[in-house]
Amino acid sequence: MVQANDNGGARSRAPLPGWFTGTLKTLGSIAVTMLGLVFITFIIGRVMPIDPVLAIVGERASQSTYDAAYLQLGLDKPVIVQFSYYVWDVMQGDFGMSRLNARPVAEDIARVFPATLELATLGVFFGIVLGVPLGVVAAVRKGSWIDQVARVVALVGYSMPIFWLGLMGLLVFYGMLGWVGGPGRVGIFYEDIVPSVTGMILVDSILDRNWTVLKDAFSHIVLPASLLGYYSLAYISRMTRSFMLEQLSAEYITTARVKGMSEWDVVWKHAFRNIRVQLITVIALSYAGLLEGSVLTEIIFSWPGIGSYITTALLSADMNSVLGGTVVVGLVFILLNIFSDLLYKVFDPRAK
Amino acid sequence: MADQTLRQWLLTDTPTSRRHAKLSAIYQGWLSFRSNTMAMIGLWILLALVGIAAFAPILSPHDPFVQDLGNRLAPLGTESHILGTDSLGRDILSRLIYGSRITLYIVALVALIAPVVGLLVGTVSGYVGGWVDVVLMRITDIFLAFPRLVLALAFVAALGAGIENAVLAISLTAWPPYARIARAETLTIRAADYISAIQLQGAGAMRIITRHIWPLCVSSLIVRVTLDMAGIILAAAGLGFLGLGAQPPSPEWGAMISEGRRFILDHWWVATMPGLAIFTVSLAFNLLGDGLRDVLDPKGGE
Repeated sequence: MVQANDNGGARSRAPLPGWFTGTLKTLGSIAVTMLGLVFITFIIGRVMPIDPVLAIVGERASQSTYDAAYLQLGLDKPVIVQFSYYVWDVMQGDFGMSRLNARPVAEDIARVFPATLELATLGVFFGIVLGVPLGVVAAVRKGSWIDQVARVVALVGYSMPIFWLGLMGLLVFYGMLGWVGGPGRVGIFYEDIVPSVTGMILVDSILDRNWTVLKDAFSHIVLPASLLGYYSLAYISRMTRSFMLEQLSAEYITTARVKGMSEWDVVWKHAFRNIRVQLITVIALSYAGLLEGSVLTEIIFSWPGIGSYITTALLSADMNSVLGGTVVVGLVFILLNIFSDLLYKVFDPRAK
Repeated sequence: MADQTLRQWLLTDTPTSRRHAKLSAIYQGWLSFRSNTMAMIGLWILLALVGIAAFAPILSPHDPFVQDLGNRLAPLGTESHILGTDSLGRDILSRLIYGSRITLYIVALVALIAPVVGLLVGTVSGYVGGWVDVVLMRITDIFLAFPRLVLALAFVAALGAGIENAVLAISLTAWPPYARIARAETLTIRAADYISAIQLQGAGAMRIITRHIWPLCVSSLIVRVTLDMAGIILAAAGLGFLGLGAQPPSPEWGAMISEGRRFILDHWWVATMPGLAIFTVSLAFNLLGDGLRDVLDPKGGE
């Protein structure tokens, strides 16, 4: 924020009010969006055909037990009051109890979320490492064979069902070639060996200096993460390419070339430097997309993350868990979107 | 006129009537579309798909539901079962052929529901403005803020599994981008002089929106719908794969992958073939969408 104001010399008349109302507006819209998100999950919870009281007391409960639970859940109150209770609970991180294992949903989510985070992070890392250079080269050599390859790679990425590609990956790299570990996070012999500190097994095994577990865990994560990485690569490389094309047609690039600057410096020191902010927002968005893409991937690879959690809960009609998981994924999604917006505003003086 | 060919008539620089000008514009669009090989490939694949779906009973060698437990998991190239059989001995090729009907059904329904809802919300929001705009756009933002698949999952969980509910859930998550596009278009159109002119003639908001704004939003929406179709097919297949879309024994492609998943290491073709079908169709939609974008919405391209 400070930087944005420093850059805007012309706007130095009254920087505080604009900055202040702007921040207030952003915060307000974040709050409304989050409230809306909770409202939608609340509505979904209402329209479902499962009786929440029966779900708790069971079918053979007496009428008085049923009534007591009914009152306890606040179902006699007006819907708007019920909703405010729900919002209040969610704000405190209380998503209710799971029907399946009678544990707080929030605890379960806290346990499974690191696994998804680890997978998506490594995935987006692969996507950046391969996608950004591919996009840059495709833009610099526009129309060449490498540009065509980049186009096909992206097109295939947009058209391939991720769960199917996961199955094929398992078939080839695990079933036929045996290069990678199979489903799950670690082999069965290595389970629960390293103490869980962060919940991310790669980090935990490094902290524990247990290189055997690290190696095994890596052999398990590498396939699903590359798969997710491929999807973010498709998106990142396309966006990088179009950002770069925009820069490369600018006049300052011509000037730099006329000055006799090497092509490497023109591309990386001039053009690329100017797309970094845009690129970071794209990466934040594709990170959010991977959280979503991991739902199906996790199922294929029996990865105990939030995607598996939501679908397992869904198939056993454990509605509190489904809604809790949806809210959490939605919140992370919103936060990443806001983060990318903010970055843009802070680092790009043009987007005042 | 008499010695003019149809082609010359269509390519004239001096159209003689409104319809002549319109047909001429369409023909020129078609010519530039036709020169795009990739887009034409996409179009041909989709036409083939429609043909296959229409003539499924004639084309499929077997009944897709008849089980033959003595001949289960037959490999590729088995006599009379070119693509093999699944775990219940049903012919995979026939199931794929019948599955194309389900895919088209889902695509058609979503393509009808989502853009219409988006068009309605977007144009009203853009034309009326004020607090209506604020409220409608906020709602749109909230839906956009949800990860689509997760939201669709939650909807299906509430509504119950099934193909209609899957369509509904996908549509509910797919309309916001259309609303955004329609609103942006409306905002630019609203300020145009001809809108003021018809306002002076006494046209009401309803008439202006439906007769004068909608027709102009349609072309950018069509492009967007075509590009989104691939995503919709993948989402529908994903729901089917999770067991939340079409229910067995329906030959829906996603559900077929899910069935084949259990035998993936020993009998790979059971899950591979439906996946290839999904990939082909969504690729075709992507190719077609790219081509259409270049023709209908040149400013949207690179």
